[in-house]
Amino acid sequence: MIAPTAPDQPDRTPHETRPLVLSLAGVTKRFGNLVANYAIDLDVRAGEIVALLGENGAGKTTLMSILFGHYVADEGTVHIADAAGRLAPLPGGSAEAALDAGIGMVHQHFTLAENLTGFENIVLGTVPLWRLGFGTAAARAKVARLMKESGLEADLDVPVGRLSVGEQQRIEILKALYRDVRVLILDEPTAVLTPQEADSLSATVKTLAGKGLAVIFISHKLHEVLALCERVVVLRGGAKVADRPAAGADRAMLAELMVGREIPARERTPSTLGAPVLRLVGVAVGAPGERDRLETADLELRGGEIIGIAGVSGNGQGSLAALVAGLKAARSGICEIAGYPATRTDPMTRIKAGVGRIPEDRHRDGTIGALSVAENHVLETVGSSENQRHGLLRRTAIRARAAQAIRDYDIRCPGPDAPIRALSGGNMQKVVLARVLERAPRLILAHQPTRGLDIGATTDVHRRLLAARGRGAGILLISEDLDELFALSDRIAVIHAGHLSPAMEVAGLDVRIVGLMMAGHTAEEDA
Amino acid sequence: MIRFVPRERTPVWLTLAVSVGAGIAALLLTAVPLALSGAPVLSAFRLMVEGAAGSGFAFAETLTRATPLIFTGLAAAIAFRARLWNIGAEGQLYAGALATVALGAGLLELPPALLVPVVLVGAALAGAALLLVPVFFKMRFGADEVVVTLLLNFVMLLFVQMMLEGPMKDEMALGWPQSAPVLDEATLPKLVSGLRLHWGLVLAVICAVALHVLITRTVWGFRIRAVGENARAARYAGLPVGKAMALVGLLSGGLAGLAGASEVAGLKGYLTADLSPGFGYAGIVVATLANLSPLGVIPAAIFIAGVFVGADSMSRAIGVSNYLADLVVALSLLSVLIGGLLARFRIVFVRRETA
Repeated sequence: MIAPTAPDQPDRTPHETRPLVLSLAGVTKRFGNLVANYAIDLDVRAGEIVALLGENGAGKTTLMSILFGHYVADEGTVHIADAAGRLAPLPGGSAEAALDAGIGMVHQHFTLAENLTGFENIVLGTVPLWRLGFGTAAARAKVARLMKESGLEADLDVPVGRLSVGEQQRIEILKALYRDVRVLILDEPTAVLTPQEADSLSATVKTLAGKGLAVIFISHKLHEVLALCERVVVLRGGAKVADRPAAGADRAMLAELMVGREIPARERTPSTLGAPVLRLVGVAVGAPGERDRLETADLELRGGEIIGIAGVSGNGQGSLAALVAGLKAARSGICEIAGYPATRTDPMTRIKAGVGRIPEDRHRDGTIGALSVAENHVLETVGSSENQRHGLLRRTAIRARAAQAIRDYDIRCPGPDAPIRALSGGNMQKVVLARVLERAPRLILAHQPTRGLDIGATTDVHRRLLAARGRGAGILLISEDLDELFALSDRIAVIHAGHLSPAMEVAGLDVRIVGLMMAGHTAEEDA
Repeated sequence: MIRFVPRERTPVWLTLAVSVGAGIAALLLTAVPLALSGAPVLSAFRLMVEGAAGSGFAFAETLTRATPLIFTGLAAAIAFRARLWNIGAEGQLYAGALATVALGAGLLELPPALLVPVVLVGAALAGAALLLVPVFFKMRFGADEVVVTLLLNFVMLLFVQMMLEGPMKDEMALGWPQSAPVLDEATLPKLVSGLRLHWGLVLAVICAVALHVLITRTVWGFRIRAVGENARAARYAGLPVGKAMALVGLLSGGLAGLAGASEVAGLKGYLTADLSPGFGYAGIVVATLANLSPLGVIPAAIFIAGVFVGADSMSRAIGVSNYLADLVVALSLLSVLIGGLLARFRIVFVRRETA
């Protein structure tokens, strides 16, 4: 072992004495004509928590991919401190080199092997596979030490597929720590957590930073960024537009830096309530023992209102959404849609009854990647007379209507014939919105409608949902994002372990209570 | 280090260049074993080309051989478009052939204008019926159609042998296991007298064009593409996934059945258990070469048929085993698969910097 020596610190300032662990200079990356990153400089010091903000397409992912070795920068340099604290160039284009150099990343979508235990996932890749299960005492001890130091608690001995999302995330972080990372990148880490879990994650991140770990925190939630991070770096259009201390910054200012223009405030006007469009009485969906099943749900949603369903994914939202979407039928209880009993498992009867469905996963359920924008736009209505005659597609009419939707919904794409997989997530979601909302549905199922979207696209989705509410549609909004639920909903019900709480008026509702209910406490015991 | 970077869009010229390049690469690769076996490589290739297309007669023979390959190629293309992995075109071909002799060898006495369509429809339905069984098991129980269709090939072939040794055996065939000949009224006429080329080719081309129109221009074609590309999203959107799969089964099995009818009623005149030298399996190669495009199946089938016919003729001329044809086909399939990779990904060479 070489004894640590004092690292070079060319820009030592009176109040900044912590050593640099990561230094990017002039990083530029082009994809064809698109400049994804332009001359980005970024320094991160040991123990520092830096927020990286930016809309989708601002270049965050590209920059992190360069750091993590998935891409090679066209210009610029990446230096990272070695074990002795000396800055050395990071070999580009190699994930192994990045790992060896001490860069760890926790992706938004976890990269865990669900059939292996937490412990096996943590050590996976550091020992030969055939040795898993043998001679692990030292590794065990190291993981135990890391858990103690960081305060990360998780069951290490069950397959991670059975763990909650929060626990899986803790396993991911432990996996990075086990590799002795010096720079930890967290990509949207709180997107899937309850407020309490998010608080505990923040505490962990602060503890880790206190021990000298540098953390790059990517998030859309500006209040979290302001509460947790010391420094905020904002990317827009591939370039760095701000790099400033978090102290003194506010949310509106950061949002405007990210978007590059003023964000219009959401307008929620009082609306008149109409007839019930969805009525659930004692509804259960899914066989006993099935994951994500719905045990009991009583709900009445009327036209002109938005009911938000809060809860951590996997507590029955999937079954509730499948019921409304027509993919599953109720096992027991009464489900009425627009006044008629909905007993059949058939999406098409729901569509014809005036249900607009925005699925949770737009890639897997909402769109067909290889088909064009125009074809995806008519996916639900291809059999109707406006789209076909004698079984032949009316291609000109279909294209023309897609072109109209592209204008109306401001869908950024090369044209109606472009395959939809070439579109960004936000624009893909706009195609889904156009498909759903153009039919003026009476009941709208919006399942995580803004997951993964940037501020601009999110604002657009929210505006359109509120407009549909104003038009008299009843909206069932299932979301894990409490900000979104509180901003849009008239009433909020919480779902936990398959049980749906009564819907509570949002006016005067405390977000902490919703958070506790999401974790399984009842409203009464904690109110 | 080599990295594969996905292309955002594959230009048309590249797709064409890859197809042609793959064919050339396959021939170059074949030259190696050819040279090793001591044959004069260049003249061997010349003899192959001449054997496949060197004369009107040779080319007519290639087209004759291409006819069943177009049918089975289309059968594979439409099934694979819908992600229905039908490996059973061989069995469906025999089912169609069996139906052809069952209906066309004396059971019905009708004028040709009626008997030919009846025989063709019967053969298509027989092929379709054989595929609809695995489709049903797939949709209802999630049974893997690769296994079921593959194994049904052997079931069907043994069934044909049983029929040819038993109830369908031609008494006049001096003990050979073959069926009675189809009636003249059920025979597909020759295209040109004196050649073996028959109207099956025209029917195959019509089927290719019809399938192209179906896939690109009709509602059901749209549904088939949607189901094939993303069955989950298709189901979510309320598309009739089961009906679309049943239609695909009907079309794919039916086309393979027509291959059998075309061979029996157009070329052989009667059914034997060695009717097909693997046309059903070669159809998969044809469809892959054609990138699952129905119109592309026509040139791909002609290419594969040309390789077989040319290699046959070359091996007779210079005394090299005609297994070489199988080698060329296998190498072209590999070349095309690798070429497809090149079309979808850009290859980037990254020099690993040392820190």
